[in-house]
Amino acid sequence: MFNIKTYKEAGSVKEAIKLLQENPQARLIAGGTDVLVKLHKGKGQFHHLIDIHNIAELDFINLNDGEDLVIGPGTCFSRVEESPLIRKHIPVLSEAICTIGGPQVRNMATIGGNLCNGVPSADSATPLIALNAVLTIEGADGLRQMPLEDFFLGPSRVALKQHEILTAITVTRDNYTGFHGHFYKYAMRNAMDIATIGCSAVCKVEDSVLKDLRLAFGTAAPVPIRCKDTENKVRGRRLSQNLLDVITESVVDDVNPRTSWRAAKDFRLQIITTLAQRVVKKAILNAGGTIH
Amino acid sequence: MNRTIRCTVNGKKKELSVDIRQSLLEVLREELGLISVKQGCAAGECGACTVLIDNVPIDACLYLAVWADGRSIRTVEGESKNDKLSRVQQAFVDEGAVQCGICTPGFVMAATAFVEKHQGQKVTRNEIRRGLAGNLCRCTGYDTIITAVKKSLDEDFFCYDENSGGRRFRPA
Ligand code: FES
Ligand code: FES
Repeated sequence: MFNIKTYKEAGSVKEAIKLLQENPQARLIAGGTDVLVKLHKGKGQFHHLIDIHNIAELDFINLNDGEDLVIGPGTCFSRVEESPLIRKHIPVLSEAICTIGGPQVRNMATIGGNLCNGVPSADSATPLIALNAVLTIEGADGLRQMPLEDFFLGPSRVALKQHEILTAITVTRDNYTGFHGHFYKYAMRNAMDIATIGCSAVCKVEDSVLKDLRLAFGTAAPVPIRCKDTENKVRGRRLSQNLLDVITESVVDDVNPRTSWRAAKDFRLQIITTLAQRVVKKAILNAGGTIH
Repeated sequence: MNRTIRCTVNGKKKELSVDIRQSLLEVLREELGLISVKQGCAAGECGACTVLIDNVPIDACLYLAVWADGRSIRTVEGESKNDKLSRVQQAFVDEGAVQCGICTPGFVMAATAFVEKHQGQKVTRNEIRRGLAGNLCRCTGYDTIITAVKKSLDEDFFCYDENSGGRRFRPA
């Protein structure tokens, strides 16, 4: 039996916020694939649960009036991965999601849970950061929005106040139109493994010029990160092998990997530079570019 | 901390009083005696506890029993009909896809969901591997399991054996 001390089921976002306010110790549970593992291992922070598993208003994927792509954070990974809208507009997210856990886990785990957990290896985070995703957060003080990139504060720390809940993940139309991407996860196994390094690149190519590049890494720093300096160096330049070499060289200064039992810092840096080149190249090819 | 839930288990309607702290795995094994549902890791890593909820495979170890309210659950106990193994079960037997057997019920359920989802489609061994990536087996080396799933999907592999009254694979 899980060591749950109090359990309240929320039927709506409003109710979840109210329940969170009533019990400052309470934490949300959605798909349960992280929370229940932590409870099983005896971690203390999840004794008081507010269950948002069945809140229908958090489970959706649609295009809004401005054709922005909006994902409900309570949507399970399998549904996101298989969604025709996602596959059409931001296939890089599907690519990333199908590397997460196994099918059973993806049938339960939610995309919002993956982000709110705030681990540096969250596989859904890097494609969404590369796509400039924006989060909508609802709490006792009302509604606010923030870029996903600013949401991650540190390992397992995100910018959610105790009474707040993530209610939408948005990729605006101008952030997916004309963009193509690629995701690669380096891990020890092909399935059921946590990323040693995850990498997402999203780019726009016109007339052999790299109009825009967004490069993001997971497990390359305390939080999932964008390589802004590298992006600025190469934006607007002509496609060439030399350009890829510039990226490889520059990316080292954007990241800050650490040594853990999974991999040493040097090894991670080696993977980061290799992936920077490989993933950007594939994204460029996907965007119709050629590299001479 | 008990709650009453109503659900269907292997086709039978049940009304159960469950503790909100119980996993579905615990309720299936301890209250209903469905001991095909194995606990390997209790952490969503091995798939030995795989059951189908509304025909979707999930790890019963990471599923609160209260979530099963209003849903339909399938375990290996309900898969054979009129003393005849299901197509997937028979394929596992015929291919020798079982050694110690601890992973088998979970594999059979994951495979059943995969076969039902991909009926009539051509799938590669690699796609089957990806479809079963949530299940670990420490004995068989997976090859016989993948073959069993492939055969379950491919009608041509089967012929009907009148004498034993069951399905048998067509001899190569
Ligand atoms: S016991 Fe549930 S996944 Fe291992
Ligand atoms: S048959 Fe022994 S673990 Fe699979």
